[in-house]
Amino acid sequence: MALINVNPTRMEMTRLKKRLATSIRGHKLLKDKRDDLMKKFLDLIRRNKELREQVEQEISDIYGGFVVASAVMSPQMLEEALMLPKQSIDLEVGERNVMSVTVPSFEFIASENSDSDIYSYGFVATSGELDDSVAAVKNVLPHLLELAQIEKSAQMIAEEIERTRRRVNALEYVQIPDLQETIKYIKMKLDENERGNLARLMKIKDMMVEQALEAKRENSTNTLSS
Amino acid sequence: MRKKIAVVGDKGSVLGFKSVGFEVFMANTQQEISDTMTQLCKSGDYGIIFITEQAYVQIPKIIDEYKEIPTPAIIPIPGKDGSLGIGIKNVKKNVERAVGADILFND
Repeated sequence: MALINVNPTRMEMTRLKKRLATSIRGHKLLKDKRDDLMKKFLDLIRRNKELREQVEQEISDIYGGFVVASAVMSPQMLEEALMLPKQSIDLEVGERNVMSVTVPSFEFIASENSDSDIYSYGFVATSGELDDSVAAVKNVLPHLLELAQIEKSAQMIAEEIERTRRRVNALEYVQIPDLQETIKYIKMKLDENERGNLARLMKIKDMMVEQALEAKRENSTNTLSS
Repeated sequence: MRKKIAVVGDKGSVLGFKSVGFEVFMANTQQEISDTMTQLCKSGDYGIIFITEQAYVQIPKIIDEYKEIPTPAIIPIPGKDGSLGIGIKNVKKNVERAVGADILFND
């Protein structure tokens, strides 16, 4: 682990201790966030998988229907029949907040609500297969929208989980150990200074005592000789 | 916010979606697809863009750009020539990113 390059002072240590406390709190919070996101994600992704399989199946069936329809009718006729749709769809886009990830929520508003009247063509020149296909497309619509919403949400939550996990790991394995080690280093350094100071004081005291003794001894020899 | 739904892909695949009121854009070459998608995404009028898997694979750059933004949601759907398995692969990739391992598709 790398030490953070700081001056070993008491003030620096207090500052680092504060940072450590914040880091530990942040780590705990982010970990909770990650766990909760994961729970939500797993629910979403299961539904996503089911829906996708279902929708893909349904769409393939629709293509099959259109192939049959286009076989019965001429391509120009087919195109003409579908050229001017009766129904138009608006999408109401809202936002949902999942653990501070903003995911979209879709709701569609069809302008033409009567279910029976979605055929934008006369029945004389078109085949029955086309009617079936168009009805099938209409049926798959709600699933498609749900799929869009869930898949987008799952994608965004997956990104957020990845980011959060990276942050949690950075805190857990880099930031927090670094801070701890630096604080320990400063503490040792300060203690060492303290001990050094003490030793110096003791040494000085010894020297002063020695000097005093010397002075006394000199005094007494002087008095003796005189 | 009111937005619209677009479908992008080759003619045979997307024609059917016109009947329910989606806005259909036909694009065949990579250039066309890329131009159409850039235009659709930039306009901000579209909430969802369904795109055929055949076209989806040709514009990874644009897809990546809009991955983290709520709208437009770019959703691959199978084209008329069948599914390439890209939709499911994306779901799988999301799982791997989030969880770190594949826990849904154990095959």
